[in-house]
Amino acid sequence: MSIDTTPKMNWWNRLAHPGQFVQWTRPLIWPLVALTALLFAAGLYFAFFNSPADYQMGDTVRIMYVHVPTAWLSQFVYGTMAVSALGTLVWRHPMADVSMKAAAPLGAAFTAMALFTGSLWGRPTWGTFWEWDGRMTSTLILLFIYLGIVALWRAFDDQLKAARIVAIFTLVGAVNVPIIKFSVDWWSTLHQPASVFTADGPRMPGSILTPLFVMFFAFTFLFITLQLVAMHTEVKRRRVMTLERKAARGDAS
Amino acid sequence: MTGFLSVIRRDLRLAFAGGGDVLTLLLFFIIVGAIVPFAVGPDQELLSRIAPGVVWIAAFLSMLLGLDRLFRPDLEDGTLALYRLADLPLSAVIAAKVIVQWLTSALPLIVASPFLAVILTMDLDTFWRTVLSLLLGTPALAAFGAFGAAVTVAIRRGGLLAPILIAPLCVPILIFGIGVIAPLGGPGQGTAAMLFLAALSLMALALTPFAAALAIAWGRSRAPP
Amino acid sequence: MGRGETILARGLALDVAGGSGLLLRGPNGSGKSTLLLTLAGLLAPVEGTVTIEGHDPDDGPALHYCGHRNAVRARITVRQTLDFWAALNGHTGLGADAALERVGLGKTAKLDAGYLSAGQQRRLVLARLLVSRRPLWFLDEPSAALDADGRVLLAELLSAHLAEGGLAVIATHDDIAVSALTTLQLGAAP
Repeated sequence: MSIDTTPKMNWWNRLAHPGQFVQWTRPLIWPLVALTALLFAAGLYFAFFNSPADYQMGDTVRIMYVHVPTAWLSQFVYGTMAVSALGTLVWRHPMADVSMKAAAPLGAAFTAMALFTGSLWGRPTWGTFWEWDGRMTSTLILLFIYLGIVALWRAFDDQLKAARIVAIFTLVGAVNVPIIKFSVDWWSTLHQPASVFTADGPRMPGSILTPLFVMFFAFTFLFITLQLVAMHTEVKRRRVMTLERKAARGDAS
Repeated sequence: MTGFLSVIRRDLRLAFAGGGDVLTLLLFFIIVGAIVPFAVGPDQELLSRIAPGVVWIAAFLSMLLGLDRLFRPDLEDGTLALYRLADLPLSAVIAAKVIVQWLTSALPLIVASPFLAVILTMDLDTFWRTVLSLLLGTPALAAFGAFGAAVTVAIRRGGLLAPILIAPLCVPILIFGIGVIAPLGGPGQGTAAMLFLAALSLMALALTPFAAALAIAWGRSRAPP
Repeated sequence: MGRGETILARGLALDVAGGSGLLLRGPNGSGKSTLLLTLAGLLAPVEGTVTIEGHDPDDGPALHYCGHRNAVRARITVRQTLDFWAALNGHTGLGADAALERVGLGKTAKLDAGYLSAGQQRRLVLARLLVSRRPLWFLDEPSAALDADGRVLLAELLSAHLAEGGLAVIATHDDIAVSALTTLQLGAAP
């Protein structure tokens, strides 16, 4: 059995080494936190004080500034997970499964937040907390998929083995998500032909678009920051587990 | 091909020799269907309206709950490791198992569905549509189920995890399955649902054995660096 | 080479030629079974490779593995069990009846395999190796549960296999009376 002892230290390989990854990305965390905080401050200011209330929906329209970015993230995070899953399966990149593991609970949280704000918004506008509308239904199913993936991660003792299996499941899920979306849309349009909620939406004045845009970036950067921190935590957790195992063996012998 | 058929023969023999599993599943299907009137009241009109949905839910549940017996006994007695070293590719073994899973857990339900149709006062036309939609949809359920079982076979207590993982992925099957029975947007939509359902089943049958084989092979072996 | 996150052996280089066998010895937990699983390709090595020279991978797997578990299931007869493996791996060796006769299970062919004792199940496993010819045998404690006759049988089968140019790697605590065996001693658990 031979060992390749000539490591190629390009940036890709550096990122592949968990210790190096932590070292390289640690300086990024505080700037990211600051940027996220700044974006949130600006976004919330615009959202609360510098945008008009909707003439129909009143102040409840401001829920949109949380709802729309989280709904976007609910899909974006799944995309991140699917790309990481490819990284695990195809390139066998060790950081890919760390990223996959870190993203799953974040995705579940953002999806839950999107559903929660959606139903808060639905109460005054539709008159009910829950409407079996195509988007809300497929978001709910997406939440179930996220929670299933989190449960799958937790069920394994060996995280390296878990990574590959979760990666396969994530990719099969990624193939399925468009099918689910399509089927749910087909189903909901047949049930309620005259929807209160039109897909193209009303024309949005700039005063609404500005805070929406800022909040959109704020949430995206929030995700990136949390993802990075969660990845660092995961790398450290694995290191602790390895040390503990070594210690246990040392005591035993 | 003889290897493929021999896997089917062995698993069928195992499923019917004891008789236990198939009968239990059938009983579960019928009891789920029969318990609904107690929950919603014995209103015949209401029952006959929701009957197709009840039959589908009962089939959905019984197929998902029987998943653990698909690979776990083979894992425990060492057969699964030998499948990986067989001349027949692992994906073909899994395809054979999907067929057996359909024969032992979907076909008996379809055969028993007239009983539920009678006690839920389904009319004859709806009944035939239900049988058609079950015939078209259950292969996809069996295939997705095999994938779920393969993903969770490496987990010691994976029994309840597989249905949780697979149920969201099976929502389209349920939607189109019901779409075949009760065409909402006119008969044209019923045909569309039927085609979608058949396409889903074909796609699931063609692709999931490979995904399941990957999950089993990688779930047992360690990732090379 | 290792299992889970535990490294069991490092810097292991071994080379087994056709017609010879390798005995793996070592205390419990020293990694005999893990090494066998790794060689059989059921576990990926942590580093390095396992190569089988002179075998075209398109011909299908070249090896028989038999582990602690017998892969024998109740409710199927002994004969059906063997036919199943022959169908799955190719009828390239002895016929099923001849193989059963050879391992001394001829009379039990129509019995439910679940009625077999542990030693008889082990003999059935040996019959599985006979019905499909494969040059590599990886056996994990093949003599466990076998009686004195059974061990003689195992030694005969191994000698015949090696004489035909086959190769065997055997993890065991027992003595196996076969010439052309070298021994690899694995250390205690790290």
